[in-house]
Amino acid sequence: MMWITMGPQHPFSHGLWTLKVKADGEIIVDAEPVIGYLHRGWEKECENRTYPLIIPMADRLCYSASMTWAHVYCKVVEEAIGIELTDRAMYLRVVADEICRIQSHLMWLAAMGTDLGNLTIFLWALREREFFLDLNVKLCGQRLTTNYPRIGGVRNDMPYYFERDCLRVVKRFEKALWEIIGLTDESAIFLSRMRGIGFISRKDAANYGLTGPSMRGCGVDFDIRRDDPYCNYDLLDWEVAVCNDGDAYGRYKVRIEEMFQSCEIIKQAMAKLESIPKTDPTRIKVPRNVPEGTHFARLEDPRGESLMYLVSDGTDKPYRLKVRSPIFVNVSAAKHMVKGVRVADIPAIMGTIDMCLGEADR
Amino acid sequence: MVVNIFMEAPSVEEIVVAVKRDFDHKVTVKRTGVRRVYMSCERDTIHSLCKYMHGVLNFEQASSVGGVDWVDHLQVVYHLSNYFNGVMVEITVDIPNDDPHIDSVALIWEGADWHERETYELFGIIFDGHPKLERLLTPQNYEFFPFRKSYKLRGQE
Amino acid sequence: MLDGLLNWVSFSNPMDNPFYAYGDVYNLPYDIGYKIWELIGGTLAWLLNLLFPDNGVSSFLVSDAVMNALAIVLMAVVIFAVAFIINLTMIWEERKVLGRMMDRRATRIGPLGYFQNLSDGLKTFLKENIMPAKADKMGYMWALSIVIGSSVLIACMIPLSDRWFIVDYGTGLLIIFALFAIAPFTILVAGWAQNNKYSLIGGMRAAAQLISYEVPMLIVFASVALMAGSFNINEIVHAQAETMWYILPLFLGFVVFMVAAIAEAERIPFDLPEAEAELVEGWQTEYSGMKWGLIMLGDYFRGYVACALGAIMFLGGWMLPGIGAGPVPELVFLLKVFLLFFIFIWVRAAHCRVRTDQILNIGWKILLPLSVINLIIVILIKMTGDMPWDMVIGLIPWDSIRGVIPWQ
Repeated sequence: MMWITMGPQHPFSHGLWTLKVKADGEIIVDAEPVIGYLHRGWEKECENRTYPLIIPMADRLCYSASMTWAHVYCKVVEEAIGIELTDRAMYLRVVADEICRIQSHLMWLAAMGTDLGNLTIFLWALREREFFLDLNVKLCGQRLTTNYPRIGGVRNDMPYYFERDCLRVVKRFEKALWEIIGLTDESAIFLSRMRGIGFISRKDAANYGLTGPSMRGCGVDFDIRRDDPYCNYDLLDWEVAVCNDGDAYGRYKVRIEEMFQSCEIIKQAMAKLESIPKTDPTRIKVPRNVPEGTHFARLEDPRGESLMYLVSDGTDKPYRLKVRSPIFVNVSAAKHMVKGVRVADIPAIMGTIDMCLGEADR
Repeated sequence: MVVNIFMEAPSVEEIVVAVKRDFDHKVTVKRTGVRRVYMSCERDTIHSLCKYMHGVLNFEQASSVGGVDWVDHLQVVYHLSNYFNGVMVEITVDIPNDDPHIDSVALIWEGADWHERETYELFGIIFDGHPKLERLLTPQNYEFFPFRKSYKLRGQE
Repeated sequence: MLDGLLNWVSFSNPMDNPFYAYGDVYNLPYDIGYKIWELIGGTLAWLLNLLFPDNGVSSFLVSDAVMNALAIVLMAVVIFAVAFIINLTMIWEERKVLGRMMDRRATRIGPLGYFQNLSDGLKTFLKENIMPAKADKMGYMWALSIVIGSSVLIACMIPLSDRWFIVDYGTGLLIIFALFAIAPFTILVAGWAQNNKYSLIGGMRAAAQLISYEVPMLIVFASVALMAGSFNINEIVHAQAETMWYILPLFLGFVVFMVAAIAEAERIPFDLPEAEAELVEGWQTEYSGMKWGLIMLGDYFRGYVACALGAIMFLGGWMLPGIGAGPVPELVFLLKVFLLFFIFIWVRAAHCRVRTDQILNIGWKILLPLSVINLIIVILIKMTGDMPWDMVIGLIPWDSIRGVIPWQ
């Protein structure tokens, strides 16, 4: 029996955190995740800034889900002010969110490949991700920290030819993803590494607070985009990816399926955008001060449910802004997932959580 | 006491009626919205209310547990979500500054464990019955609670 | 042209030297060493003779005994240099092919990126040499030396052709195999000596891996030796030249050998002792600077040996069917080695790493039965005749099959 401290700088951790595991030979009998290396007092910092200044800060919560974090922040402020977005702004946000979701999932797939020792998956997934980052550049001028949503809409309308480029990339990606799946689903070694490890039942997944793909991989049929719809997601025709396996492979399956569904959503949102006249404003003027009150908003982040709770006191700065990060809760379930597996399974299981410490430590 | 009937996907109205029926004056429903219920309760009711929410109204997940420092008192905010119809419930509990104790719900929802630890270290609210109430994000030797309004940032002075 | 340049010195024939150790077999590296010393030592002796006429040193420098001794020393240098260049070429091949398979640019320094390895070697030289304070110094350094030393030794012992060898052992295959198996054991020692938990787990895994692939590999060796009737590498190659490449009758054995060889060379998918995802760098965690660089070099030496053994046992060594040895048999042999190494790279690009318990399952439940079946095939071939298809055709009950076929 020995305690192995894996982290904070360890190839599997994908960020600064530590997983202390107690190993009996190679079998793990106990585990304890330790986070906090990246804690920078994000919520307290926000109490010191005016509302528009927090948008670029929200981008920095997670490098590969910046769009959704800025979106959830704008959403909670819009609820507090009490305004409705125009249709054009909503669909633009949908397109931006889904591009963000695909590139985030591709980043996860790449990291998953290295966790299992296959660099080809890593490079192929990053190759595909570049196209979506290029779309980000066209739309917002930035690759990762996009700073695109605004309180009351989005920063700018689509540039010329964005629709053509976007549909081209999506069409290409739907084929290219099958190429990567050829390396994973068709490899017996990959399947034997992923199946039957890190099992969580449906009841436990709900109780541990897992959200997002990690939860849907355990058989919980719940997606905020469908069940608590925002931004006209309910007007689009798509399906929630659910897998009943509950192990690492189920979570992998859900994320792959979600990428296909995101492509579907982008195509439909693009078609809807075409039917809306270009004169429709993408941004509404909002007052500088937010009326007094408490509000919360949530949406489906690539990693799970991201929720922000805003307490405003009538000034131009928030009184308190609480962030509920999906990874913060998912990583607390790590100790249940890794019990009983081998040391070699830890990267495979933790890889399916899709770690991002920026949002967990805040 | 009315026999509680397990509801898989209670609507907003059903939640309001059920809570009014079983908790009477102890719980106040402040307002409701589309798939949203906002309520507040007393400090000694929170544990039984959460148990009721989890067991009877099928709120399987505690989305978040957070604190707010209102200077004259502290407040704990719970967000609970239902996986069958997307309804969310917000519960606020006021606690006095000089006695920041509240019952822990970490044994009802394991997902609330780390949220309570975080609220403890940032606001100094002590959750009674929590399995392991230690500092999580900040170093173990910190003796102050950085998210209280009394803790000033450099720009705030 | 080259002959004209070299003819200004009249080289003597090394086989005329009474101390020549290889009897009537021509040895190319010995010849090269002999000629080099003839140039250097001869020039030295000539200069000395100019200064001090009729001195004893001059005649001593070019006497038969000294010529032989220094030729052997230079021969060792030549053989190591060639093995080293082969090794660098294999690393280069891996980087290039892997880069193409992963759809990225590979190495770019020098012509076709060939000098990348040299610059990497230089870089590791410049790194700080760190030894953990609580490591077991003896075990730490000795295990490292033995791992690298044994790898280089077997790489130099591989004959490139029937004229490029050090010693023509009667039991060449067995000795190479025995030395091949030393390294995993010393990895266990190295893992323990570093006083690091990751290294310890890596060392334990090396031992666990050893017992799973060594047995089927040995059975494949035995079946090849039985087929050829000898453990001598030269005779195995010639036996294949007389009949056919053993990859055809012993395809099963070839597959088992390739899987076991990947495990032996510790490459993905069987690089469990250094699984970088969970064990940082496995048993190499605490080795830094040039120590680590040498370990990587040793890894590729072992990969080269594994591929060379495959080429010798299954692809006819340096012989080509119908042509025989050809003018440059060394090149033919190396091409086959690079071809087998390409398969290694291909497997690495396509697969994930397996788990500890899975490699034990693969070793004992799949490879071992297959290798035993392979041995049975060899025994049947040896019992029935020289060609496998005679036996196979003879086994099929042709008469009863004809009765079943409806159109007859």
